[in-house]
Amino acid sequence: MIGVEHYVVVSAILFVLGVLGIFLNRKNVIVILMAIELILLSVNINLVAFSAFLGDLTGQVFAMLVLTVAAGEAAIGLAILVIYFRGRGTIAVDDVTRMKG
Amino acid sequence: MIQTLAFYLFAVLVVASGALTILARNPVHSVLWLIVAFFNAAGLMVLLGAEFVAMLLVIVYVGAVAVLFLFVVMMLDIDFAEMRAGFIKNFPLGIAIALVLLAELVLGIGAYRAGGLVLGVADGANAPLVGESNITSLGALLYGKYIFLFEAAGIILLVAMIGAIVLTHRQRPEGARGHQDIGKQNRRRPEDATDLVKPEIGRGVDL
Repeated sequence: MIGVEHYVVVSAILFVLGVLGIFLNRKNVIVILMAIELILLSVNINLVAFSAFLGDLTGQVFAMLVLTVAAGEAAIGLAILVIYFRGRGTIAVDDVTRMKG
Repeated sequence: MIQTLAFYLFAVLVVASGALTILARNPVHSVLWLIVAFFNAAGLMVLLGAEFVAMLLVIVYVGAVAVLFLFVVMMLDIDFAEMRAGFIKNFPLGIAIALVLLAELVLGIGAYRAGGLVLGVADGANAPLVGESNITSLGALLYGKYIFLFEAAGIILLVAMIGAIVLTHRQRPEGARGHQDIGKQNRRRPEDATDLVKPEIGRGVDL
């Protein structure tokens, strides 16, 4: 029988994969954003799993809020990426500190 | 039995496609693997009985976010080979940190399995409605008790939308092609813009 720990293990692996993705693709902001989406997805799986096994819907409501924030974050992040690319012709994040001021 | 099989199918696929998302050479492939991961995560949530969140995942993530990613990846002309320059260099450190993190998480789950931790008991205040579907119970909760949370989510989306538009909107300089003067557009009236002429039969019109 599948228990809550199975789902938690899946979401833990997915979370670690997301963190690893940020480390591996340090230069590519697009893949970093996708890795953040993976992390948020794993958090959602976790919330929904606990919500289902506890018989309490709060987790699912919270998962929807996480989804909202993830969508907004992707939109803003990609908008920043587009204007950064427009100005510099590259999306390498090494010298992204030049954006300040 | 069939549930166990379905769980392992979805779990393996979501982990594999997650791994391929971060390892793929081409970001377009990354986005496509991300879509596969979202679909399988939605399958896991269907198994858990959270149909509404699962459908939301497919509609919002696959339908909107992933397409947005694809759009940006394809629109920007990027040298992806150069992007992967640090990949090998960062690999050992990344793997080390990932393993440490995974070990910590698995230790926590092991403590739960060994009986050291007990899953909390819900107070029943937000329990699913008896005899109703998941979406009905969730709707009753979302439009009742958590209405302000719901509105806050709407405000977050509004701010994100306005922010994205303000960031990417480009005002072209005066005189340039594509320059937009909204005041001028609003001042325009039909009588200034159009001429009503009644030509005689057999003759043209002077424009």
